[in-house]
Amino acid sequence: MITFTPRDKVSNSWTLIGPILSIILTVIFGLLIFTFLGFDPAETLYQIFISPFSRIDRVSDIFVKACPLIIVGIGLMFCFRANVWNIGAEGQFIMGTLLAGSFALLFPNVETKLLLLCMFFVGFLGGALWAFIPAILKTKLNVNEILVSLMLVYVAMLFIDFIVRGPLRDPMSFGFPLSKPYSDGALINKISFPGIGYLGQLHYGILFIILLIPLAWVFNNKTLAGFQINVLGSAPKAARFAGFSRERITMSVLLLSGGLAGVAGVIEVSANIGQLQPEVSFGYGFTAIIVAFLGRLSPVGILFAGIIIATVKLGADNAQMTMGIPKVVTGLFEGILLFFLLTGETLQKYKIKWSWNK
Amino acid sequence: MLKFCKHIFSLVALSASVLFFIVTNSFANPTKVGFVYLTTPGDHGWTYAHELGKQMVEKRFGDDVKISVVENVPEGPDATRVIRELAKQGNEIIFTTSFGYMEPTLKVAKEFPNIKFEHITGYKRSNNVATGNIRFYEGRYIQGVVAGLMTKTNKIGYIGAYPIAEVIMGINAFAQGLRSVNKDASISVIWANTWYDPVKEADAAKVHIAEGADILAQHTDSPAMLQIAEKNGALGFGQSTDMSAFAPKAQLFASENNWGPYYIKKIEQLKNGKWNTGDGPDHWAGNEWGGISSDMLKISKFQNMPDEVAKKAQEALSGIKNGSIKIFAGPLVDNTGKEIIPAGKTLDDGALWGMNYYLKGVNGKVPG
Repeated sequence: MITFTPRDKVSNSWTLIGPILSIILTVIFGLLIFTFLGFDPAETLYQIFISPFSRIDRVSDIFVKACPLIIVGIGLMFCFRANVWNIGAEGQFIMGTLLAGSFALLFPNVETKLLLLCMFFVGFLGGALWAFIPAILKTKLNVNEILVSLMLVYVAMLFIDFIVRGPLRDPMSFGFPLSKPYSDGALINKISFPGIGYLGQLHYGILFIILLIPLAWVFNNKTLAGFQINVLGSAPKAARFAGFSRERITMSVLLLSGGLAGVAGVIEVSANIGQLQPEVSFGYGFTAIIVAFLGRLSPVGILFAGIIIATVKLGADNAQMTMGIPKVVTGLFEGILLFFLLTGETLQKYKIKWSWNK
Repeated sequence: MLKFCKHIFSLVALSASVLFFIVTNSFANPTKVGFVYLTTPGDHGWTYAHELGKQMVEKRFGDDVKISVVENVPEGPDATRVIRELAKQGNEIIFTTSFGYMEPTLKVAKEFPNIKFEHITGYKRSNNVATGNIRFYEGRYIQGVVAGLMTKTNKIGYIGAYPIAEVIMGINAFAQGLRSVNKDASISVIWANTWYDPVKEADAAKVHIAEGADILAQHTDSPAMLQIAEKNGALGFGQSTDMSAFAPKAQLFASENNWGPYYIKKIEQLKNGKWNTGDGPDHWAGNEWGGISSDMLKISKFQNMPDEVAKKAQEALSGIKNGSIKIFAGPLVDNTGKEIIPAGKTLDDGALWGMNYYLKGVNGKVPG
């Protein structure tokens, strides 16, 4: 039997040493694996960790990649802080995108960005509606939200697939499953810097993160609602004695995280794809769960966690392009990195007890 | 003295020629070629066929090309980033090998007007984006001929990925082949709604067999269907690459996608400064759409069939190759009895891409 008991006090030095140790261990294991497979280990590590920062347009691509992860991650943060386990952000992302996209396609010739603004609201609504299903089942019937939210991911995937192949298919697409392109008013433009022009795929959607992170911080630390969420998560009994409504909080955090996942979808598709297609999310909703925990359920932490994950993903592509390292190998390395980071995180908070009696 | 001068002269000449050799060689840089793959190549199916094509390029050009490959690229923003990165790293020609890379390819191509882009299976071109595709349906006609001669139950089970024109024209071509030798047989279609999912494909194959089909055909990517056929004593056809290793007793033959000649041709054009996107008036005419005659579609060895069937299959193969067999020649009637075209006419490429009906010989109707 292995039992985890919470540590009374998390030492300050270990919160710093922990992650560093995790990274050192990752690097050691990485060196071993890459050497064993016959790749220059130093060059590989350079490609994975450093090369994404080697050019300014690559740096901006890190933010583009991290953008949906951070937005969804912050939404999930509210849930996880309240001990509500929303695993279905992927589905909420898709439904937000689908609803906002269908809305945008109603206005094929609109130039004004007012349309985009409306899409943010519709996208939030779409994601929140999808999260409302597990929320209402949880609060009224005490149905496990993990199962319901996860199952609804697959429903959402099939639903967007159906919509794009059927009702919203562009008649000019030769039977291929694509909607018509969005009108200009529904698109998020790329940022053009004076004298430089575009930097990779960097778009105005990034501004939403800059807005969201401080807001989320203030909400967590300075508002009663944020306080209630924290208490419900860390001390449910205390929350009950204080008269906080568990139902109301559960409902709110699920709607909020679903809504934010929907908004992330709107930004991702309006900035990068510009039409509806069968696949609009590429596992963002699932990866964001890791991002939320890696960021220790704090907005700034999630920002950095999103950047780390995005960096490694981009670095893996660079390693493929320049050194021909297959994605399975870099994927393995990603796994090792996450394993050590999350293990370190757990060991800081919990003591492990081994007992051999049956 | 004169002799000495001569020596000097020859020495200078020699060193000059050596120098010239070095200089020209350093100018004859290898052509940098990029490939974007949808999945890891593995050992069968769509991306593996592209990998084989890439290997042919390596074999043909050797040190004259430098190839970068990125595999497992999802068909969204990641594709845009990866294609742009390949362009920034100085690749002169970039092959994007899946339909979903269409918009990302066009987007990046606009930013790099001097780089050539080759989008596989798309329908949008621009000044520096060419499109290439294979007439997969030609192989399916031959499959139909073999199926019609081999079936005992007269029931053919067909597994389709998605009801898009490419898949539907394949089913119809199969039906034309089938009915050219056997008017009693018919095709039932199960839609897997995926290009690659061994579990779903296997399930579909089991359903077909349970309903009496003894010949299976697929427009999905995994060898699962053939493996099920092998277990149940049914027969079938391999997809994209030769799959006889997975089902040595069940595979009749495979239609193999042979991208190598196309890649080599386009890289050669680039090296000679003659690369072009074709100049047809519409989407399809400029598209490089090669089939059996241009060796882009290959038919693997005919096996697990009697010699006379193999002979008929060979006849169909040469008929398509030399143009004596027109697969979609009139009179064509759809499976509700409606005339598509009268005798004497043949469907053109544009009409093939507009197919949303089944021809006679196929059961049911196209979904959607």
